[in-house]
Amino acid sequence: MAHAPQAQPPSPPQSPVNTPGKGVTGGITPLLTGLLPQSVAADALLDSLPFGIAVLSAEKRIVRLNSRAQALLGVGDEAHGLPCYHVVRSARCLRECPVPAILRSLRATQDEPAESGSCRGETAPCDTDILDRQRRKVPVRSCVLPLCDPAGGAVGYLEVLEEATCPAPGLPQQEEGSSMEGFIARSPAMQPLFSAMRIIAETDSTLLITGETGTGKDLLAEGIHKASPRSGGPFVKVNCGALPEHLLESELFGHMRGAFTGAVSDKPGRFRLAAGGTLFLTEIGDLPLALQVKLLTVLDDQCVHPLGATRPVSVDVRIIAATHRNLEAMVREGTFRQDLLFRLNVVRLHVPPLRDRDGDIPALLDHFLRRFSASTAKSLRGFTPQAMKILCEYPWPGNVRELRNVVEYAVHFTTGDMVDISGLPASILAPPAEALPSGGDGSAGRTYTAPHAPRPPEGQSGQEPGQPEQATTPPPAAQGVSGTAPQEQQTFRTWQEKERSMILDALARTGGRKQEAADTLGWSRSTLWRKMKQHALE
Amino acid sequence: MKKILIALHGDEVSPRFDQTGEAWIGTIHDGAIMRRRNVVLPQASSEGLCHLAVTEGVDAIVCGGIEDEFYQYLHWKRITVYDNVIGPMEQVAQAYMEGSLAAGAVFTEGEQP
Repeated sequence: MAHAPQAQPPSPPQSPVNTPGKGVTGGITPLLTGLLPQSVAADALLDSLPFGIAVLSAEKRIVRLNSRAQALLGVGDEAHGLPCYHVVRSARCLRECPVPAILRSLRATQDEPAESGSCRGETAPCDTDILDRQRRKVPVRSCVLPLCDPAGGAVGYLEVLEEATCPAPGLPQQEEGSSMEGFIARSPAMQPLFSAMRIIAETDSTLLITGETGTGKDLLAEGIHKASPRSGGPFVKVNCGALPEHLLESELFGHMRGAFTGAVSDKPGRFRLAAGGTLFLTEIGDLPLALQVKLLTVLDDQCVHPLGATRPVSVDVRIIAATHRNLEAMVREGTFRQDLLFRLNVVRLHVPPLRDRDGDIPALLDHFLRRFSASTAKSLRGFTPQAMKILCEYPWPGNVRELRNVVEYAVHFTTGDMVDISGLPASILAPPAEALPSGGDGSAGRTYTAPHAPRPPEGQSGQEPGQPEQATTPPPAAQGVSGTAPQEQQTFRTWQEKERSMILDALARTGGRKQEAADTLGWSRSTLWRKMKQHALE
Repeated sequence: MKKILIALHGDEVSPRFDQTGEAWIGTIHDGAIMRRRNVVLPQASSEGLCHLAVTEGVDAIVCGGIEDEFYQYLHWKRITVYDNVIGPMEQVAQAYMEGSLAAGAVFTEGEQP
C-alpha cells in the first residue's frame, strides 16, 4: 500500500462512472485519482478486496467500511464517524491499540531519507478476535497500516481484517479418508456426493441440498463455498424458519431509512452482505409464500429491492438452499411455489442419512471421541466392544448431530479410559421403535426396530428421581464392564452429582421455570428450591 | 427501585463485556440515582462480571459487545441486557432512567471526518 494513490477531493466530472455524487447509501462517492488516466471509484475498489477493510481518520474514527467488513462486523453505514474501537471491537483494540506504536515508528524514522510518498510504521499482523453484532466471537487476523501524505505524515489508517479459518489449537487435524473439509466419510454412499461436489463448487449454479436433519447440510454448503472461486468472499447463512415474515424480508433484502417505524438507518440486508460470496438459505421449506415470490425475482434478475428503496440493487451472490422437507410434496400441497422449486433445483445434492453410510459410524465415533477428549483434557482410548456394538446398531434418527451429542455425553460421564455401556445415554440404550423423521426425499414413514439393547441403569435416565438410594453405591471401575451386568453400572460417582445433573437438565428443558422443572422431577417446588440451594444452583 | 450495571471503559460504555475491568453500579428510584459506585474487577472476564451482576442483584446491564453464551445466561437470570450500546456512561444512565434506552443505542456523536 506504500505506493497507493491518495484519496483526493472529488475531481470535476469526467464520465458518468466517476462523477462524484450520492452513493447508494446517500454519501459522497470517494474517488482515487492519479493512478489511472481516469478516476477510480474507491468504494468499488474496497468492496472488491477479499478482506474486511476499515478506513480510519487520523482521529481513529470510521470513514469507510467495505462490504466484507460490514458483513464481518455486522454493521452498516451507521458506523461512519464512530470511534473505531466501538465498531471493530477486537480484543486488540482495548489491550494494545497499534496506532501509538505506528506513530512512534513514524516519528523515529522521520529524519531518515525515504522514498517520496512512501510511508513507514506498518505493524505486524496480529491474531485476535472480534465480537460481532450477532454476539459471536470471531477469530480474525488484524493488520493496521498508516495512510500517509506525500510528506510521510499519517493522515489516516487502514485496518485490514481477515477471518481466521484455521482450526483451534489442540483440536485434532483433518482425518485421512475424508474427502472434504469437515466431513468424515469413508462409505461408498458418500462418494458420489463428493464427486459431484467438486464439479459443483467450480460453478455458480444455484444449489439445493436435501437430507434429513443432522446429516451435515450446512457443513456441505460451507464446504462447497470454501472449494469455490467465491471462497474469498463471505459465506452468509440465513435460517428462513427462524424469523417472522416481516423481519425476514428486512433481514434478507434490507431496508432504507424510514421505510417503516423503527427503520432508523439503512440496512444492507443479507443478500448485499453476501456480495461476492455465497448466501446459504437453510430451511428454505419454511420460507413464507410471500417471500418466495421475492426470492424468485432475485434469482431471475440478480438484483434485490430493499424495503423503501426506489430502485433495485444488483447483487453478485451464489445461492445455496437447503431443507429437510420434501419440497415436491409441499408443491403438491400448495405450500411451496413450483416455479421457485424449479429455479432452486438447478443442481441438487442429497446427503444420505447416517444409517445408509456403512462404515462411517465407527469413524465418526472415533473422530468425535478424540475431539471431545482433547477439549475436556481426558485420555479416552476408545469404546468397549459392547458399547461399540450398541452404537453401530442404533438407527441414529438424528444422524451425525445426534451421534456427536452422544459421544459428548459419553466423554463427560465416563470415568475410566474406555467408554462403556454405562457411559451411554439412556436414549441410546433403549431407543423408541417408532417411525423416524421423514427425509427430504420421500423417506417418510420408514420404521426402524430398536436393537436388542440392555435396559438403562435405574436412576440414570433421569425418569426415576424418587429412588436415589439405589444410586448411592460407588461406581465400579470402568474396566470391569465385561464381568458386570449393565443394570448394576453407575454413571455418576455420587448421587449428588447425578441429582445436580438432573436438576440442571430439568431447568434447561423447562427454560428455567422452576415449577415446571419441579413437576418434571416429581418434586414439590420447595424441594427443588432446597436442593438447588444445596447444590449452589441459584 | 432498580439497579443497573454499566460495563465501563474510561467514562464510556465498554465496547466488549469480556474486556471490561470496571463497572458502574447505580441504584435508581423515582427517576433519580440514589446510590452509585464504581467497582474495579481484579481482572477482566465475562464470568467475573456476570458473578458481580448476579451477586449485586442488578436488574439491567449495559455493555457493548457480549457473547451469546453470557447474554443467554444473564437473560436466564432475569437480567435485562442492553448490548451494542455506545456512549458516555452518564448519558446512558440518563436514558435508562427516562426509559428510552434500547439495545444498539448510540449516544456518541458520529463525527464526519
